[in-house]
Amino acid sequence: MNAERITEKLNILADAAKYDVSCASSGSKRKNENKGLGNASNGICHSYTEDGRCVSLLKILLTNHCIFDCAYCVSRKNNDIKRAAFTVQEVVDLTINFYRRNYIEGLFLSSGIFKDADYTMERLVRVAKKLRTEHNFNGYIHLKSIPGASDELMREAGLYADRLSVNLEMPTEAGLKLLAPDKNRQDMINPMDFLKKEIILRTEEKKLFKKAPMFAPAGQSTQMIIGATPENDQQVLQSANYFYQNFNLKRVYYSGYVPVLADKRLPALNTSVPMVRENRLYQADWLMRFYGFRVNEIVNDEQPLLDLDIDPKLGWAIRNMHVFPIDINKADLQTILRVPGIGLLSAQKIVSARKFARLGWEQLKKIGVAVNRARYFITCKSSEFERRDLTGNNIKQFILAESKSKYLKNNHTQLNLF
Amino acid sequence: MYTLIYDGTFEGLLTAIFEIYELKLFHVKLIKGEWRSGALFEEVLQIVTDENRAARVLEGLRKKLSAAGIQRLYIAHMAEMEHEESTLIGFIRYVFDSDQNIEEDYGNKYVMRLSEIIKMIRRERHRMEAFVRFQKLKDEIFYSAIEPDFNVLPLLIKHFKNRYADQKWIIYDIKRSYGIYYDLHDTQYISLDFSETNKPGNVIAAFSEDEGIYQHLWKNYFNSVNITSRKNTRLHLRHIPKRYWRHLTEKI
Repeated sequence: MNAERITEKLNILADAAKYDVSCASSGSKRKNENKGLGNASNGICHSYTEDGRCVSLLKILLTNHCIFDCAYCVSRKNNDIKRAAFTVQEVVDLTINFYRRNYIEGLFLSSGIFKDADYTMERLVRVAKKLRTEHNFNGYIHLKSIPGASDELMREAGLYADRLSVNLEMPTEAGLKLLAPDKNRQDMINPMDFLKKEIILRTEEKKLFKKAPMFAPAGQSTQMIIGATPENDQQVLQSANYFYQNFNLKRVYYSGYVPVLADKRLPALNTSVPMVRENRLYQADWLMRFYGFRVNEIVNDEQPLLDLDIDPKLGWAIRNMHVFPIDINKADLQTILRVPGIGLLSAQKIVSARKFARLGWEQLKKIGVAVNRARYFITCKSSEFERRDLTGNNIKQFILAESKSKYLKNNHTQLNLF
Repeated sequence: MYTLIYDGTFEGLLTAIFEIYELKLFHVKLIKGEWRSGALFEEVLQIVTDENRAARVLEGLRKKLSAAGIQRLYIAHMAEMEHEESTLIGFIRYVFDSDQNIEEDYGNKYVMRLSEIIKMIRRERHRMEAFVRFQKLKDEIFYSAIEPDFNVLPLLIKHFKNRYADQKWIIYDIKRSYGIYYDLHDTQYISLDFSETNKPGNVIAAFSEDEGIYQHLWKNYFNSVNITSRKNTRLHLRHIPKRYWRHLTEKI
């Protein structure tokens, strides 16, 4: 092995892949039944970068040669950068050797488009196939579905990969047209739709025949870049919701645009990454997936932007003061989940614990409730509770006054780009 | 106030419970260790671990707790957290003093504390599953040194055995001077004698030929995936506290 050359390739192709934010290695259930190498189940973050993101997978491009010219992408055709390409065997060796040392949960392989979609997809599939069939590798594999790849290749990919993903890139079709004139939305939706149907079909099959092969057991996900185009939060979240509903996606990732290229269609190079907005979008996403909120409860025509100062659950609560206060010892789980300052686990603990005795503030605190926020919205065993008739805005001011946002040092306004 | 001294085993803990009920002791403090005379103002009682008595207490617990509840108690004790014996005793007494199963009574301070302890242990175990860094040695054994906050090594066996079924490995707890060795079939507890050239935390002399290359590649990878314009040191440190760095290839 030529260590120097491999190092150089790894640096280039890891650097180019890092803007893909997906890092999940969970949701699969691949067991190590053949006494081979590895398994994939709950996902582990093996390390964290200095920007605080999880490092779970060896995330690389097969190559950063690309025939497309997408404005937001470092690997775009007309960008003057060093290019490199791994061979199939090199990716396999890196994956196996990193995995054996417990550095990673598996491989996340993406690629620039060289020649055409099928040619590229075929190489990606070949890496996965080699790992699975020649090396008995049962670790996690996430392959990018290349827009426009044939159904046949997608089917093969699903047989070896745990997760597949097509990046939507921009929240709306108009945004995509603006920044990625070579790409079209339908090319992305086609493989997504094919995979969705195939996954349903194979799951049915697996119910009947236990030995039927697994097919993309961790499902599919997608990613949208936030802040490169003028879509508001309502458009972003409605788009996410649409894909959750219609394509059974496991995850939608929101990637705050990191200005890497000068282009008059894009935010200027010195623009800061919209990290707060990205965080609020993820919070909203969680509300939709785990807390039973509908998308139009979080953003709607009157409220198209997420409040950057407060989280979307608190935002919803202060707009809906008529729902509160609720009695923590009586309300059902779904209602408790809507209280700011109470998370999934705390809500479940409350419902368990109150069977034994009615709960007061002390116990709620111990259970993990952020009482400084929740106290405006609930009553409990104690005779102490918020008696003032506060407006939503009062509460927001009180909570902001006593909390120190971890984002205080960051830019606070949602940028007006155009 | 009585001070009970026991041998640190789970059976010892259960025997102590037996004595507490037998002698009707109310205020007790349980500590692990040897008998030391000289305590002037308190009464000290040496607990002699008794299998029969321990079994009777365990039987009683089985009637009032789920299997998972007993498992949690066992794990909480095994972790060897300091000054938590009183929690375990408080919890067990609450179990026996109640008519129903109180495992989920999080309003009770002992139940809540036990659940916190379990959470801490799980987090530490999960960290070890993540932070173990194997180094391939000349004899094809993958070796890793760890220093977990609590005694979680026994909880790691299943995970690593399932995952690395086709390679020999050792995970060694330097703090507690024992390790697990997997020989492609089974695991066993071992303790190692380290030579002058190989310290438990540093076995470079025994590296296989390609070990240095892959460590170098991993460090490079780790640096390449960082996005400088998103730097967030506080978050980074929250995820990987500094005390774990000395065994992380990418942070050395």
